[in-house]
Amino acid sequence: MSFYEQMMNLDRRWVYLIIGIVVVITAIVPFDVPLYVTPEVQSVYDFVESLNSGDILMIGVDYAPEAMAELHPMMYAITRQAFKRDVKLLLCCLHQNGPGMVEQVISQVSKEYNKVNGMDYVYLGYKPYPAITILAMGQNFRIPFPEDYYGTPLDSLTMMRSITNYDNVRAILNISAGSSTEYWINYANGRYNALLAIGVTGVMTSDYYPFLQSRQIFGLIGGMKGAAEYEYLAEKDGYISKKKDQLSAYKSMPIQTTTHVVVILFIVIGNIGYFMSKKKNS
Amino acid sequence: MGTEEIIWNAIAVFLTICIFTFLYKDNPFYKFAEHLVVGVSAGYFAVILYYNGFVPKLIVPLRHGEWIYIIPAILGLMIWARFSRKWSWISRFSLAFYIGSGTGFAIALYMQNYVIRQLSSTMLPVGFTSWQLFSNILIIIGVLSALIYFFFSKEHTGLFGRTAKVGIWTLMIGFGAGFGLTVMGRVSLLAERVIFLREYLLELKYYLYLLFKHGLSL
Repeated sequence: MSFYEQMMNLDRRWVYLIIGIVVVITAIVPFDVPLYVTPEVQSVYDFVESLNSGDILMIGVDYAPEAMAELHPMMYAITRQAFKRDVKLLLCCLHQNGPGMVEQVISQVSKEYNKVNGMDYVYLGYKPYPAITILAMGQNFRIPFPEDYYGTPLDSLTMMRSITNYDNVRAILNISAGSSTEYWINYANGRYNALLAIGVTGVMTSDYYPFLQSRQIFGLIGGMKGAAEYEYLAEKDGYISKKKDQLSAYKSMPIQTTTHVVVILFIVIGNIGYFMSKKKNS
Repeated sequence: MGTEEIIWNAIAVFLTICIFTFLYKDNPFYKFAEHLVVGVSAGYFAVILYYNGFVPKLIVPLRHGEWIYIIPAILGLMIWARFSRKWSWISRFSLAFYIGSGTGFAIALYMQNYVIRQLSSTMLPVGFTSWQLFSNILIIIGVLSALIYFFFSKEHTGLFGRTAKVGIWTLMIGFGAGFGLTVMGRVSLLAERVIFLREYLLELKYYLYLLFKHGLSL
């Protein structure tokens, strides 16, 4: 086997080992990475900034622990920003393994800002079949969710007295790791004209740019990079703090940088091997 | 971190390492962690579905005398007939209802939101006086050439073939962007786990230091 063929047929475990070493070294010796904010993340941030005290923001949280690394940071940053601006949050979950995700964020952040369940936020809980649930919420939140996550009837919650359907919320932010984003676009925005922005995993991001172009969504936070941009903006305005260890996505950016350099190098090596062995054979 | 958190996080560390061992080759530790994830997820989903779907949407309405809910309950039970070769035809009624209602909900809105609105967003002003207008030209060329690539009723030769080739390049750029974002997504998961392991080791070191300094009163 020639040198070039060896380059192409490198045992993938060497790739894992090298990436592993690079990641560990970067985690032990972190460094600052310059970050620029993309317009699609800036528009979500600016929108939350434009909300007044008492406005209601709905967040659809549709992810499970496997997507925590990418989506939890943006959920934390948005919740902190909203609570600090006295914006009320209406939360729901349409992913079967996700109810605990909302519970974890809301219980922690509500304590930080002394926010009260039923007054400053309402967590509707989980319901199966996203399409039907989103359509039903467009008529009245009480159809799919007669009670909140904790078993309290919605009508007995102070915050819910003035809320019937999407007309009463300023916008919906869908933070998702699955197909439910399609349903939010198709039914909440398409059927009820609700103002919608999304935060999705890196893998999903490229699929949703066409909806940004068509203005079916007004903002897009894509993966850990998007979350890091949001954290960067939130830290700059004092909503979150590096000292309190509240920038988890931003903290991972050096690892992203070094690992991407290694992946690009492997792609270049593989391509050189391919073209050189092709040239040799011809 | 208290003793309880140290123990719980030790389990998380152990399971993380079990999963990482698969990078070398398949082994019983990986299998154990994998089966645990599948089992816990399925069990969690079953309980969540029971208390958030089955109880409020069937048991509670029936208790309140809303007998109309018997119909979806029967349709649901009919699905189980799929497990019998002899009676599996019964499940088709439920599936027909499910597919029919789902399609009814979806078709009109999908046409509107995934075709018409996407088409209208490619009808853009073009020009060379600003970057936005030039970008619009690229969008229009990309859309048309990609559509031509998928037109198989005419041989891809001449101008038509060259346009189809531009379509392939457009698709490749799209796939490349998708691949890059996929790499970012996977690296994000790795980075989060590595940072978790680093922070656990630091906490453990501090915990052991306090333990030896102050004894077992921790």
